[in-house]
Amino acid sequence: MSILVYTENWDGKFKKLSFELVSYAAAIAKEMDSSVTALSVGEVADDELNKLANYGASKVLKLEDNRFGSLDNKALSKAIAAAANKEGAKVVVFAHDNLGKALAPRVSVKLDAGLVSGATALPSSFDPFVIKKKVFTGKAFANVQINADIKVVTLSQNSFELAETAGTATIEAFDAAADDADFNTVVNETNKITGKVLLNDAEIVVSGGRGMKSGDNWGGLEELADLLGAGMACSRPVSDEGWRSHTEHVGQTGKIIAPNLYFAFGISGAIQHLGGVSSSKVIVAINKDPEAPIFEAADYGIVGDVFKVLPQLIDAVKAM
Amino acid sequence: MKILVLISNVPDTTTKVRFTGDNTSFDDAGVQWIINPWDELALTRAMELKEAGGVDKITVANVGEKTTEPTLRKALAVGADDAIRVDVPARDAYFVARQLAEVAKDYDLILAGIEASDYNGNAVGGMLAEMLDFNSVSAVSGISIDGDKFTVNREIDGGSQLLSITGPLVAIVQKGIAKEPRIPAMRGIMMARKKPLNVVAAVDAHEKTSYVNYELPAPKAACKMVDEENAKELITLLHEEAKVL
Repeated sequence: MSILVYTENWDGKFKKLSFELVSYAAAIAKEMDSSVTALSVGEVADDELNKLANYGASKVLKLEDNRFGSLDNKALSKAIAAAANKEGAKVVVFAHDNLGKALAPRVSVKLDAGLVSGATALPSSFDPFVIKKKVFTGKAFANVQINADIKVVTLSQNSFELAETAGTATIEAFDAAADDADFNTVVNETNKITGKVLLNDAEIVVSGGRGMKSGDNWGGLEELADLLGAGMACSRPVSDEGWRSHTEHVGQTGKIIAPNLYFAFGISGAIQHLGGVSSSKVIVAINKDPEAPIFEAADYGIVGDVFKVLPQLIDAVKAM
Repeated sequence: MKILVLISNVPDTTTKVRFTGDNTSFDDAGVQWIINPWDELALTRAMELKEAGGVDKITVANVGEKTTEPTLRKALAVGADDAIRVDVPARDAYFVARQLAEVAKDYDLILAGIEASDYNGNAVGGMLAEMLDFNSVSAVSGISIDGDKFTVNREIDGGSQLLSITGPLVAIVQKGIAKEPRIPAMRGIMMARKKPLNVVAAVDAHEKTSYVNYELPAPKAACKMVDEENAKELITLLHEEAKVL
């Protein structure tokens, strides 16, 4: 019996997110008197795989089959389910990111398991197995009980602290015995976002709304984001107007983020917007309307003109 | 080619969320119900594909009681050709996918929203694909038909990809799949009344999860205000007090 954690890599490297997942799996393993096996798909050097041991993985299965590079959902789910069966996994943990969301439902059906997606904490009880997740897009939480022998969980980002431990892992090659017929996804083109902080990875996010008045007025926000190493985001009207790409839209129908610090410039804070950002640790709002609902969600606020405030903030950050 | 669009009936996104029965159930008193926003975009894209040619029929399907029919009628008014309602209250994602698997077998393309705005499950589309042994792509922000294949834009963690994939396919769609959701026109609303809405009996299935209770987020402390003329103070507070810079 084990806890299986699917640790995705980015060009052969893990991210903080991967270590959060392993830390989370290790905390579950401790309660269930079990151990953590990480599954890594793709070419990752043993040095990098060994880093997973520092967060509690005692075994790493490495599946180095290039055919999985296309992230074919069907083939990859089959391989992960095979690894779960081989390890006798009682719990399978994924990140609540694009890939985790794509794979976890398929894997849960294969394993006849119960799925909770977007968990925000460790299970509050193990028998019965009850876990907390966000519902109504951040407006509430639900405690969900899984009534199946095997549990599949996707973990929301930034909801579990890294826990380093001294440990070693055995690295074992894993052959999923995949069939060519299982691979039906052909990747014709990949565009990686480079030179920018990815919104989902960002510890700090700088976001603009309708109060920015035009897509041409983003220079100050970009400068502030650069200085802070922050990701860029926007509210829905901004992406609907085409001022910024829809990939930057945070809110109920866009991305749901949970950074340490969220700056809302000229965003009124409609309930749909707050749903996407309410899990941020600290929210800062700058808006000329003192009645804007964003101030009810914010920790710090300035009532004022964003174009007057922004240069002052940039200067203050430069002086830090 | 036949397209099936999965429709979730969800509370309007401006709903103030409340619970009853010692926080064990969602209080639906006075709630306005709508098509789940992502499903609405999926339906819009399905319409665009049909208008481009090569699509014979668009069906919409929902698992729910009769009270969900106005939402299906709205989907018919937007332009779907017919509707299926599996007559049983939705219990959990697994249960819903089991019900849909019975009616979804014969479609070439199934479009599902990436999540429903109520329980945020991110699950039904992927589960259904697995039950039917269909291919699936998630985080889809663009799709077109290319002969017997589909050309798909998908968002990956750190970028995007252009794919080609064979059907039958479940495409789990998100923002970008269509620009603006279509609003039913008066003519569409009139026609929707006459379009077939087939009520199908549920099959025997068991849910795998149950909702124990709900919690509302803890109320926030009052927002600490900084003067516009002294905005630099904000950075000091974030650095020294909140310790997030």
